[in-house]
Amino acid sequence: MGADRLVTRGVSVRVRRAGSGPPALFLHGARGWPGWLSFFDRVSQRYALTVPEHPCFGASDDPPWLQDVTDLAMYYLDVLDHAYASPVHVIGHSLGGWIAAEAAVRNSGRIGSLTLLAPAGIRVKGVPPGDNFIWSPEEGARAAFYEQSFVEARLKETPASETDLDIELQNKLAAVKFGWSPRWLNPNLEKWLHRITVPTQIIWGREDALLPSAYAKLWSEHLPSAKVSIIEACGHSPHIEHADLVGDEVLAFLAGVRA
Amino acid sequence: MKFVCFHLMPYRPLDLEAAKKYRSAWVVLPNSFYDPEKGAAEYESYLDQLVYAEQLGFDAIGVNEHHQTAYGLMPAPNLIASALIQRTKKVQIAVLGRALPLVNNPINIAEEFAMLDVLSKGRLIAGFVRGIGAEYHSTGVNPAFSHERFHEAHDLIVKAWTTPGPFEFEGDHFRLRYVNLWPRPYQQPRPPVWIPSMGSRETVVWASAPERKYPFMVTFSPESAVVRYHNMYREAAQTHGYAASGSQLGWAAPIYVADSDARARDEAKAGIESLFNNFLPMPYEMLLPPGYTSNASMKATIKLRPALGAWPRKQSIDELIANGTVVIGSPATVREKIERVRDQTGFDILITLLQFGVLPDHLARRNMELFAGEVMPKLR
Repeated sequence: MGADRLVTRGVSVRVRRAGSGPPALFLHGARGWPGWLSFFDRVSQRYALTVPEHPCFGASDDPPWLQDVTDLAMYYLDVLDHAYASPVHVIGHSLGGWIAAEAAVRNSGRIGSLTLLAPAGIRVKGVPPGDNFIWSPEEGARAAFYEQSFVEARLKETPASETDLDIELQNKLAAVKFGWSPRWLNPNLEKWLHRITVPTQIIWGREDALLPSAYAKLWSEHLPSAKVSIIEACGHSPHIEHADLVGDEVLAFLAGVRA
Repeated sequence: MKFVCFHLMPYRPLDLEAAKKYRSAWVVLPNSFYDPEKGAAEYESYLDQLVYAEQLGFDAIGVNEHHQTAYGLMPAPNLIASALIQRTKKVQIAVLGRALPLVNNPINIAEEFAMLDVLSKGRLIAGFVRGIGAEYHSTGVNPAFSHERFHEAHDLIVKAWTTPGPFEFEGDHFRLRYVNLWPRPYQQPRPPVWIPSMGSRETVVWASAPERKYPFMVTFSPESAVVRYHNMYREAAQTHGYAASGSQLGWAAPIYVADSDARARDEAKAGIESLFNNFLPMPYEMLLPPGYTSNASMKATIKLRPALGAWPRKQSIDELIANGTVVIGSPATVREKIERVRDQTGFDILITLLQFGVLPDHLARRNMELFAGEVMPKLR
């Protein structure tokens, strides 16, 4: 799982890979490339998992033409075409789920299945998301998890080096670019969700303070055959806060998808 | 030296203690704190003060734009400017400034400024700013594109003023099939443009370029920073191949004059401390949303000014006097402090904030009279 680079049509991004088997792609959330998670160990037991760092984030390229989430979605359709010979299981968290959904409404041909972990991109009118851009770092950490031990751990994370600080600032800038206005929303996405025809599962933390779990219902209204799991005692990152449970859910779902 | 009597129009009836419960007096302070009747009285007092400034001999009177805040009651400064034009004869009207990136069609700003210029028969000074970080929260405009939108809106407005229309404008952020201003500005080729700024090298280099030579106003900064930015401008002009004149350098500061240093300090204390500790403060996340400044400037700020992130912030009038962010004292003291900066930079535009924070009318007016009578003539 060492870091490598993936180059697609001239855009170079950092990437980690592990496991073998059918291909799976994890698209991270707006906080940035998450390092290696135990959830990734679980998935890579049966799948060849690739975890790229999105363009504009961290130490990946920051191409000036890449302006919004629909550009990111088109970029990942290029990645699916260039880097894979067969359909890929796409797993996306938050911003990553939004990118995956935008890609899938455009072209599901290279997507084997879709796993959306608390995805951004649509919202229930009258139920606003939390404002992560006005929260202090402490408020942000408290809103990210249900279990306080995760909060405390996140609050202890500080950039260890100059490079880490640069990466953190670049991640924050990228998050603003993609999520500021309207907050974590593409008003044009919801009306096209019916175009997602691949097997889909939606996983949401019951206590998500950033994107309320009430949004899961709206997703399932547009994707009636999707499998929806609400994880109890869980915040905005189910794959971190309940890594084993969510890992099992994802593996069980993927096992049932006909290749 | 040229003197501007500048106003922020703060909402003085604010319950300062109750307001402290909120993150900031910007964006999130509930507008139930605002009483329209008291607000009407505030406008009346403040307009009277600015009109009085013409009688007192100021060269210009100035207003500015801020949104969703008790700090300043002018989300639409051109409305105030329009009222001032009707009540004054000769004084220049400085709008310092309009926040270009915050609008969806910059032609609205070009048109309004052109109207003010014609209405005043050429008395307008047009300020261009980016708005402060909090205003990207209050307007929803994405700060990641703040600089791009500022430059593009600027190019569009200046072209609309100076190039015969109709023409087409094709930018990345603003695209207009027809640009054709009616009315055009009164001043030819265009009204003077000033750039107020908290200071950044990028802005200094841009403003000083030979095709612009825009006067640069350093606002609310310690004396050392004012000197640094003025000299940075002079160096940038040298690099561009010309010598900047003092009329390209401005300093905006709260100023208070009384018959003695001690009396000035005592009378100004509540006003100054409410300005800096109640009306102005906001956390990093509001002041500097990502993209508002470059990552490099952001990193420098985090390292050089960690206190900026400390919350809540508390600055005493004595600290602010000591570091020269505010200029307070007897006429002689105030004159000397201004001369000390002028000796170091040769700046020629002084933007005076003579009412600040909760400072009441009678003190603000006496301050204006003393400044105009005892300080201004000796600096001219």
